[in-house]
Amino acid sequence: MHRFANPARFLRIANAVYPWLVAATFLLMAAGLWFALFDSPPDYQQGDSVRIMYIHVPSAWMGMFCYTAMAVFSAMALIWKHPLADLLARATAPIGAGFTFVCLVSGSLWGKPMWGAYWVWDARLTSMLILFFLYLGYMALANAFDDPIRGQKAAAILAVAGFVNIPIIKFSVDWWHTLHQPSSFSLFAAKHSDIAPSMLLPLGLMALACQTYYFMVLILRARAEIASAKIRTIRMAQVHAAGGGE
Amino acid sequence: MIRFLDIVRRDLRLALRQGSDSVMVVTFFILTVVLFPFGIGPEASVLERVAPGVLWVTALLAAMLSLDRLFQADYEDGSLELLVLTPTPLELVVAAKVTAHWLTTGLPLLAAAPLLAIFLHLNAAGFGALLLTMLVGTPILSLLGGVGAALVLGARRGGVLLSLLILPLTIPVLVFGVGAIDAAILGMPIGSYLAILGGMLFAALALAPWATAAALRQATE
Repeated sequence: MHRFANPARFLRIANAVYPWLVAATFLLMAAGLWFALFDSPPDYQQGDSVRIMYIHVPSAWMGMFCYTAMAVFSAMALIWKHPLADLLARATAPIGAGFTFVCLVSGSLWGKPMWGAYWVWDARLTSMLILFFLYLGYMALANAFDDPIRGQKAAAILAVAGFVNIPIIKFSVDWWHTLHQPSSFSLFAAKHSDIAPSMLLPLGLMALACQTYYFMVLILRARAEIASAKIRTIRMAQVHAAGGGE
Repeated sequence: MIRFLDIVRRDLRLALRQGSDSVMVVTFFILTVVLFPFGIGPEASVLERVAPGVLWVTALLAAMLSLDRLFQADYEDGSLELLVLTPTPLELVVAAKVTAHWLTTGLPLLAAAPLLAIFLHLNAAGFGALLLTMLVGTPILSLLGGVGAALVLGARRGGVLLSLLILPLTIPVLVFGVGAIDAAILGMPIGSYLAILGGMLFAALALAPWATAAALRQATE
């Protein structure tokens, strides 16, 4: 792990992996979309609107995966003061927020024909909404300081504290929901467990495509972060040089 | 332990001599609750139905309002750096400051609750549950808020940012606090709700000072 603390070495590896990730993302996405939109059966109850699932479910998984990744990177940054972990955590946040947002929007578009409403205070929906707010808080805190290093450290502590709290929030939201509306969406849970193989293939392909997309964008964002850190250092050096000359 | 009490005493004395902070928080609490009958109408049945939620949400907002001052004054005049440098563990210092914060803002909210319960036509059982849940729940808000208050030290627009960070984390307290009062109004036992709130309090007591201390260390670096 500490081998990759050197940005130059990280960049070398990242640049080598990047073209493969781009190719894999596009191939998997194309295949997944083909199966999802054309070559999978419509649901016997939901008709063609079940196809929303192929983007909705992977983005929900990615929303949770990205928060976990962010918390792990943040913990690494706090424990070992690993400079790249900091950077990767900060690069992960907008991607995770994006996936969570896609999940919420596609979910509400799916909810309208299925449940007759764009939004229901279901436990799953509510916990995704809270996750989205946690991402927003993390990004706001990371950008709230004049000194970017300060913001990064504060945000890292927040990410870890939030991660400890997430199971409690999830559990309390489930409890809250079951108090008010028991088992009106048990269909939702059951469908996940016994899903038809013809639907599982596009779902798996889309999930893999989202995963490779995440790593692709992560490398892009990490490269940009490293570049902007370099620019900051050069600017500082210039300012100091100009100040010394006076 | 003596250090702990010293810091609590110092913060209490500061709060009492300045005076206005806790009064403002309680006034905000009362005023916001009083706005609700104007917003949703004065029918007793409606008010009784929404009372637990309204009281808890406004208590939550009032607590948020006071939190940004928790470490801000010490941060500005430099005494926070001295507190970090003392041989007393910073976690203990944090626990003391949070205790003082709860005594000056959480406890006055409890004192204002009877008045508001009458305003919103909360029945006797619900009122008892309100006091119990607030007694257990508001310290959790102070503990969680302490983490946020330490994180936003030196940030731009710290107060607004603090609410954005902490409000999502306080949802469990809200769920179980309101749940207990709702159950009490219907005449059901509330022991399990209080037990869960108590569990959250102990978890927050064990974990939050530790996170707050980490945040304070990076703020004073």
